[in-house]
Amino acid sequence: MEISPHDSAIEFRNVSYRLKSGAELLHNLSLDIRRGETLVLLGRSGSGKTTTLKLINRILTASEGEIRVDGRPLCQWDVIRLRRMMGYVIQDVGLFPHYTVERNIGLVPKIEGWPAKRVQERVHELLQLVGLEPQMASRYPRELSGGQQQRVGVARALAVDPPFLLMDEPFGALDPLTRSELQREFLGLQARLQKTVVFVTHDLREALLLGSRIALLDAGRLVGVHTKAEFNASQDSLVLAYKRAFDTGVGEHS
Amino acid sequence: MNLWQFLLQNHVEVFELTLEHLWLVAISTGLAILVGIPLGILITRQPWLNKPILGSANIIQTIPSLALFGFLLPAPWIGARADRLAILALMLYALLPLIRNTYTGIKGVDPTVVEAGRCMGLTDWQLLFEVELPLALSVIIAGVRVATVMTVGLATIAAAIGAGGLGEYIFRGLAMVNNAVILAGAIPAALMALAADMGFGWLERKLSHH
Repeated sequence: MEISPHDSAIEFRNVSYRLKSGAELLHNLSLDIRRGETLVLLGRSGSGKTTTLKLINRILTASEGEIRVDGRPLCQWDVIRLRRMMGYVIQDVGLFPHYTVERNIGLVPKIEGWPAKRVQERVHELLQLVGLEPQMASRYPRELSGGQQQRVGVARALAVDPPFLLMDEPFGALDPLTRSELQREFLGLQARLQKTVVFVTHDLREALLLGSRIALLDAGRLVGVHTKAEFNASQDSLVLAYKRAFDTGVGEHS
Repeated sequence: MNLWQFLLQNHVEVFELTLEHLWLVAISTGLAILVGIPLGILITRQPWLNKPILGSANIIQTIPSLALFGFLLPAPWIGARADRLAILALMLYALLPLIRNTYTGIKGVDPTVVEAGRCMGLTDWQLLFEVELPLALSVIIAGVRVATVMTVGLATIAAAIGAGGLGEYIFRGLAMVNNAVILAGAIPAALMALAADMGFGWLERKLSHH
């Protein structure tokens, strides 16, 4: 196995993704995601953020170019193993409605063959980690508020302690107060866990708050990858447009 | 002789024919479940088989039941005994609601939940047994319900080829122009259909997650 040059956990090399109809959703993307960083993919709807995310865990397959995870081309990974080392959190949460919180969180550990006692301990540890009471374990998803559901979603993604987290607008559907709470808790979690996180959002404030670096996408192309300081100093027209939109934005203040 | 007198005088035979009817229905519906549900699952995985499989099940439904018994008569082993023949024909009729409801039930599972499962690294089989089948179960049970009620009714015709069951009384009553004898077959069959409908209806509501 090759060792990647600058400890990139995930590398995109000239990756394009086209639909069967020929429409190109992602064009010639080259991007390095470093171990332990939170890379935010920022862009408007249809800019290719979610496509990029789904290419990483092989829900989608690149039409051109190569993606490497831990230095190994994606096609050489066993897809099930690959996905189990990438926790996945989405806006609609996608909890299993027929399972209790405990079974939702404990499903992958159970499938991985953990003994029941260890699964149970792990579930309680995770509930605590995401700020939920232990008695939540026996509830069904429909009995939880949106914020509680997404906390369970995060706990489920962390169940087998995967080194990667893929997050697709995880806090987008929450009310502003709950969102800001979960954002702060995410920062606390990430400071402790040091996962390699790829975080999709269209919210500049969220990107600046949570991201180590921000990759700005527009119409399937990468405009640039910036640290917060670089982003703030950038004179790129799209960056300026984003800053204007969020400085004068109505109702987006948190 | 009225219905009550007939039932009292022949209660042993009524009981036997009811059991026979129940047996025809249970075996044929049971076999249809064993065949229909896997076929329904198969066409969610192999979309190109959707049309040929659902189409065939549909065509079978359009064949008049007496004619279907006739068609199957020359079949080896099957045609040798009336009950085998009846069970095969009843099973074929019960396939459509089972295949269709299994397919619709699985296709109706919230795509977000399925994708979440896939992204968690569930294999196709784990996704099927942990997520899709449990969430589709109430729709599948609704299919079992329709199939069972339909088979209870259709099984009365099996008596025409000598497979027994409550249809015996119906055909005998028709030949004798005796309403009491017809009712002695029709009423237990109707009660059986009603019981199946209520039982599976209860199960269906109990298994629903919404």
